[in-house]
Amino acid sequence: MIYRETGHFVTNYLKDREIFPLKFDKIIVILGLLFLYLYMPTTSEYMLSAHVIPILAVGLATVGLNILTGLTGQLSLGTAGFMCVGAFGTYNLMLRMPENLMSLPVALLLSGIFAGLVGVIFGLPAIRIKGFYLLVSTLAAQYFVWWFFNSYAWFLNYESSGVVAIAPHMYDYWGLGNLLGVDMQGYPARYLLALTICIGLTYFAKNLLRSNTGRNFMSVRDRDIAASVMGISVPRTKLLAFFVSCFYCGIAGGIYSFLYIGNVDLMIYEIDRSFTILFMLIIGGLGSISGSWLGAIFVYEFPILFTWVGDTIFQGAFNTAVVENVSNMVYGVFIIALLIREPGGFAALWATTKQKLRMWPYPH
Amino acid sequence: MDWVYLIEVLVGGLMSGVMYSLVAIGFVLIYKSSGIFNFAQGTMLLFASLTFVKMTENGIDFWTALFIAAGIMVIFGIATERYVIRPLANQDLLALFMATVGLATFQEGFSQFIWDSDVHGLQMSKFLDIGLLDPAPIFVSDHIPWLDILIPKFDIFASLVAGSLIVILAFFFQKTRTGLSLRAVSDDHMAAMAVGIPLQTVWAIVWAVTGIIALIAGLLWAERVSVSFTLIEAVMKALPVILIGGLTSIPGAIVGGLVIGVGEKLGEIYLADVFGGQGIELWFAYFMALIFLVFRPQGMFGEKLIERV
Amino acid sequence: MAESLLKVNNIEVVYNHVILALRGVTLDVEEGKVVSLLGANGSGKTTTLKACSNLLHAERGAITKGSIEYQNNDISKSDAYNLVKDGVVQVLEGRHCFSHLTVEENILTGSFIRENPKEAKQDLERVYDHFERIRIRKKSLAGFTSGGEQQMIAMGRALMSRPKLILLDEPSMGLAPQLVEEIFAIVKNLNKEGVSFLIAEQNAMVALKYADEGYIIENGRVILKGKAKELLERPDVKEMYLGVGEEGKTSFRDIKYYHRRKPSFT
Repeated sequence: MIYRETGHFVTNYLKDREIFPLKFDKIIVILGLLFLYLYMPTTSEYMLSAHVIPILAVGLATVGLNILTGLTGQLSLGTAGFMCVGAFGTYNLMLRMPENLMSLPVALLLSGIFAGLVGVIFGLPAIRIKGFYLLVSTLAAQYFVWWFFNSYAWFLNYESSGVVAIAPHMYDYWGLGNLLGVDMQGYPARYLLALTICIGLTYFAKNLLRSNTGRNFMSVRDRDIAASVMGISVPRTKLLAFFVSCFYCGIAGGIYSFLYIGNVDLMIYEIDRSFTILFMLIIGGLGSISGSWLGAIFVYEFPILFTWVGDTIFQGAFNTAVVENVSNMVYGVFIIALLIREPGGFAALWATTKQKLRMWPYPH
Repeated sequence: MDWVYLIEVLVGGLMSGVMYSLVAIGFVLIYKSSGIFNFAQGTMLLFASLTFVKMTENGIDFWTALFIAAGIMVIFGIATERYVIRPLANQDLLALFMATVGLATFQEGFSQFIWDSDVHGLQMSKFLDIGLLDPAPIFVSDHIPWLDILIPKFDIFASLVAGSLIVILAFFFQKTRTGLSLRAVSDDHMAAMAVGIPLQTVWAIVWAVTGIIALIAGLLWAERVSVSFTLIEAVMKALPVILIGGLTSIPGAIVGGLVIGVGEKLGEIYLADVFGGQGIELWFAYFMALIFLVFRPQGMFGEKLIERV
Repeated sequence: MAESLLKVNNIEVVYNHVILALRGVTLDVEEGKVVSLLGANGSGKTTTLKACSNLLHAERGAITKGSIEYQNNDISKSDAYNLVKDGVVQVLEGRHCFSHLTVEENILTGSFIRENPKEAKQDLERVYDHFERIRIRKKSLAGFTSGGEQQMIAMGRALMSRPKLILLDEPSMGLAPQLVEEIFAIVKNLNKEGVSFLIAEQNAMVALKYADEGYIIENGRVILKGKAKELLERPDVKEMYLGVGEEGKTSFRDIKYYHRRKPSFT
């Protein structure tokens, strides 16, 4: 066996706190990073634009939702709304701020903070409302944000079609592209920016999980009364979770609009997207960061794969409506089957498999 | 202010509130008995009414079609319990919620796959000779001279149906042994199993009853709007209603529906201009629910949260 | 020798397909007896009880080996509903009252298993006679009652199904010593009326005092069985479970000797 969990001895506290304490894990992570940074950008433009970048965007939103729902236990259906704030925020910052001040990464960060603040406002009721009742707050956020951007045309720069394309100069990065001689609007450059943000934020989330703050989140999730008895300020913890989560979602929205589709379109931030992201979270496994990514990949690719398989087998013998309906049916059944097999999602499935491998060849 | 107009608005609001309540009742029934937040309520509405409409379009008479559709809904409810809810018993509530979203996705595809995705109209007065189904409205001024408003007869019919549903269900929950078992199950699955309450049977009953309620609500909605994809969105309308009323209370579903119905109408008339935009009904109901919940976190009639550490 | 009511034959229980909780538990409850199952946390007491009452699958557990017989019928493939009907009922650890139902409604839920609603009235009186404490609280919500009262509600609820065997899981949990004695005294009274008990307990002193027989379980295995009185006398049991040793301290090496020995009856 090449991969083993034994033979690892820590000699100081710093080593004990490493994210990947195992040497083999480290190697895998480094290989993975090399693959993502060196090989991925050289694959086809289609691969990047239709698969990888959208997965990065929705995956980041899933990680964000995970912080709120998986870690802190506050159910939210407003994810798409918060993404919408991020997308519109980024667009308006890029549009209205002086060009030499604003660049896409800065605008993303600022609109992420803005989305976080919006999240805190809609998170305020969470101080009093618990459980499924909290849905009303996040749904209010979802519908209100959507309506707000739809009603006030100023945010869309008075574009009557409701979709505004992103001007090429917005990918300027203070003239960095010209300097390096790289097409910054091209998909490889977009991909690298999205990837870097996602890796950075995933790393942050992973660390958050192990920090004092993360433990506060989890104690509020498991039993908020017990947490408050322990001296944890429950309202503050909940609001902080809302802020961090919506910060992630806002940035994810910016990435989705700017780095993936290349325009700001209200229609893609409807309630359905909130559900899709919740699906990704549940299928991936609540509370697991890597699970969120797995869930995002799976849920995003499943309909694509299904349509593709259907097309190759039946060669378009059925019309699109039939294919869509059947796809919905299969998808629904699949989700139910997966939840029955493992309600904890991919993360739990993985943990069980690992446990089985440790015991192998004994059954238990 | 023209107060006759106000009364007309209020009455209109109450009537649309009844429609919300009809969807909400099914929701509450399932939540109360199993703690499951059933997102498939909207697609059940669609499936039931689509099944019914397609049958009548193919020349089957009203009562036979109603009977068959009810039968299909019962079978569907029992199958849902058997293949979705039972294997997931005792799992995390979020997993169960997601399973019902999966169920909704399946049902959305399924009902449009076996039937079609067209928009169908439904006019019950064509089949039933009940005075209340007559499209002509009631002129209240005929009876009360100073009150010059119109009430569609159909709305009164819908309210009567909703009212009788409540009475039946309230009796069922408070007085029968099955009702008490339902409440016990919703409190603690494990303990209910331990004292020998047949969980599966209880749930199968609930899902079957919910299926029939979905059929009734679906037909009434269909008469008002039409049978189409949009029926699924009825579920989003019912959400604030049950949250205001309290997830576990059937009278709450009714009162919540009326509050939302009236509030929405008033908001549309008096507040839309303030916000300078159309379509505030998208979020207005949720804001109302939010304000209610801040004062009463478990809804108006919801069970008070009992917590001990 | 009395008729055997419940026979557990060498069962193995696995949770979630990987976690082995029981690795060979064998026990026997004779009719009219009180049997105690002792052991530390996580030793498998609750799992054994849930295996007997068929509640395991709700926690993703399954019996992979062995069999459970009740009145000489194999019940490991039965379900909780039918078992309660046949007279085996479990009182769960941590009470598990229906907190939004009143005390009386809670107790009544136990009677739904039987066809005749009229009998329920008599049974209700019987329950109140045994548990005087909860009679006065019958109209209040169960969620607001104290721990001791909740334990009584749970036991009363189980009693409503007129069981032959009650599986009682950790009745002393979180209760004052006086209340524990009270609960066990009720157990003894019920036993006189002909109900057999299988009790999982941590409080070995009380459990053995009121029991006829005792089993000690450790790491998912029965390591010791015997008459309750004899167990109380054994020095190793005294040391490990009752906290009263011989003079001076014994080293752990010496007191653990019985772990290595294979139980004589398997």
